[in-house]
Amino acid sequence: MELAAKIVAHYNQWITIFLMVAGLYVVVARGNMIKKLIGLSLFQTSVYLLYLSPGKVLGGTPPIVDPAFEVYSNPLPHVLILTAIVVGVATLALGLGLVVRINEVYGTIEEDEIIGKGEGE
Amino acid sequence: MLLDVILRVITKLLLPFILVFALYVQFHGDYGPGGGFQAGVIAAASVILYAMLFGLEAARALVPVWVVEKMIPIGVLIYAGVGVAGMFTGQAFLDYNHLAHDSVHGQEWGVFLVEVGVFVTVSSTMLGIFYAFAGRGR
Amino acid sequence: MILDHLPIIQVIVPLFGALLCALTRSGKVAWVIAAIVSLLMPLVAIGLLQQVLSQGVVSYAIGGWLPPVGIEYRVDLLNVFVLLVVSIVGAVMIPFAARSVAAEIPEHKQSWFYSMYLLCMCGLLGITITGDAFNAFVFLEVSSLATYTLIALGSDRRALIASYQYLIVGTIGATFYIIGVGILLTVTGTLNMVDIADKLGDIGQTRPVLAALAFIIVGISLKLALFPLHVWLPNAYAYAPSFATSFLAATATKVAVYLFVRFVFGVFGTGIEFGSFAVADVLLVLSIFAMFGASIVAVFENNIKRALAYSSVSQIGYMTLGIALGNLTGLTGGLVHLFNHALIKGGLFMAVGAVAYRTGTARINELGGIGRRMPWTMAAFTIAGMAIIGVPGTVGFISKYLLAVASFEQGYWWLPFLIVLSSLIAVLYIGRIVEVAWFREPTGAVATATEAPLSMLIPIWILALACVLFGLDTEFSAGLAERAAAFMMGAGG
Repeated sequence: MELAAKIVAHYNQWITIFLMVAGLYVVVARGNMIKKLIGLSLFQTSVYLLYLSPGKVLGGTPPIVDPAFEVYSNPLPHVLILTAIVVGVATLALGLGLVVRINEVYGTIEEDEIIGKGEGE
Repeated sequence: MLLDVILRVITKLLLPFILVFALYVQFHGDYGPGGGFQAGVIAAASVILYAMLFGLEAARALVPVWVVEKMIPIGVLIYAGVGVAGMFTGQAFLDYNHLAHDSVHGQEWGVFLVEVGVFVTVSSTMLGIFYAFAGRGR
Repeated sequence: MILDHLPIIQVIVPLFGALLCALTRSGKVAWVIAAIVSLLMPLVAIGLLQQVLSQGVVSYAIGGWLPPVGIEYRVDLLNVFVLLVVSIVGAVMIPFAARSVAAEIPEHKQSWFYSMYLLCMCGLLGITITGDAFNAFVFLEVSSLATYTLIALGSDRRALIASYQYLIVGTIGATFYIIGVGILLTVTGTLNMVDIADKLGDIGQTRPVLAALAFIIVGISLKLALFPLHVWLPNAYAYAPSFATSFLAATATKVAVYLFVRFVFGVFGTGIEFGSFAVADVLLVLSIFAMFGASIVAVFENNIKRALAYSSVSQIGYMTLGIALGNLTGLTGGLVHLFNHALIKGGLFMAVGAVAYRTGTARINELGGIGRRMPWTMAAFTIAGMAIIGVPGTVGFISKYLLAVASFEQGYWWLPFLIVLSSLIAVLYIGRIVEVAWFREPTGAVATATEAPLSMLIPIWILALACVLFGLDTEFSAGLAERAAAFMMGAGG
């Protein structure tokens, strides 16, 4: 019972870890280049949660200064993650751009088929 | 290019509102949630919506590719330029305190100009990504 | 006034250069911009070196927000050393770019190429100069995204696959790194590296800190291509444009090694004694595997660029070996090798790039007798090759000697024998190329090849001569590295 309470109390971290491992698994296990990128995005998204969930202060309001409130949530993780989201978008766009080019040149986006085309020297 | 009359009429009606909302998010970013990132994405979304209904060519006539390609670096130039302007007022890079007569107004001006740079770069980058993908395989 | 702003100038000048390159359409104009920026950078780095030597650590608060709240650019003996390596290599190489890029990249993409090159340089210098753990992540991604683009611009279609694979691995590495930084942020509430180190001194060896250390070490190891995590590197270097390969081989992994040293000794060093748990042992074993495994693969590789890329993996093994030994001489050896390897590999890759420029190939079996047609290029290649083997009188000898001394100090009497043995493997893969180049009759494309143009020969020879010069006079390289190592060990002790 105590263990269950502990697990429930940290539910945000369990979600984070689940997304992290699921994303990484997709990257490793899938041969389709677009699916790999989706897994990669999932993996990055889990990190956003890792940063954001400890930033919430219980009972705190959004960090916009107002005389009516005294407790604010921590704004720093949001700023960091805004940056990380931009980085993630850029990575995803570049990755998809590469996949489009690969598809044009090779005619497939399955990794094993590309390796099967005698690309090893 | 979609020929559904309802969608086309509604889209034409919506476009100005989307753009005004983008500007609202941009300028209200000083006082509440908002700012250049969000506004840039909203503005780009309006052009993308236009392209989805009236065709890529129409969108490219509205916002040509070369404009988009120039806007991406120009936005960053505005951002970094404001930072360097801070250096010329004798402060550190990206320190806006001396951009106006006192530090509060200086910070306001600095953040405002930086957000303009962010808006230009984000909206054009989003459009650039859309053009790059949508223009392929035709 | 300008002297106060040197730390930020080091980073924003390449950024502005990249933006201007992106605005221009002409490859030639873009080259001129890149050349001006590349030549300015060493001057800034030297200015910073003088400031560090005269007044100690230089700190610059971005936006006037003082550390630990704001982002701090913090220049000390260690990172000024790496700044010098990156900026000098960039400045020496830029004349090489003019012809090489014009030949390999389509006209309308050249300005983008230079833009990406300068962004990559901006990112690398930024990682090195920043004192903020998250800011380092941002610069890491700036340089990485630029690198993926540079690799994908290679003319071979396999460049696309190489770039994609690097993108996946590189992003996982960077994400591991921010997971580690995120845990540190939760534990210490700060992102400033010095501040984290201070607070870790009180927290010590708790489980979250160890988890953060593990994530950060694995993340950076992916970026620096530590042995089992190196799979992305050979293809990326082999199919990227010659200039991109030369620049990246000389700088990108070095900056990752720097970040590794910074975290292991500078950030975690206060709370955790590096040698006190298994990471150092694992690193030692992996380094030895790298020194042998990658070298042996290089011996059987037909494409010279790929062979040299595998050789890079093995040379990174020497650097991490120095870190793993964990004593002053070892760290000095690792840092000196960082500098030396930048000179050597820059020279070797540029020489291969010049050969590819004249003959259109980098395969050994097609390059018989190239030494007789391009004697100056291949002579420089041979000198740099001797340096990588570690012939006395060259830079390679200095770093290997220091590593051997460090192993004795640490009580690993068998390690110097392994270092010599792996150098013998280097004799094989360099010797094979040199033999084919000088002792075969020229055939095919080689028969009509002529000597490389001066704009290529001069950078190659500067680096080749530097390999000998810094092998004889170690005052600058080893002297500075030793002071940097002592500084880090002192800061971490």
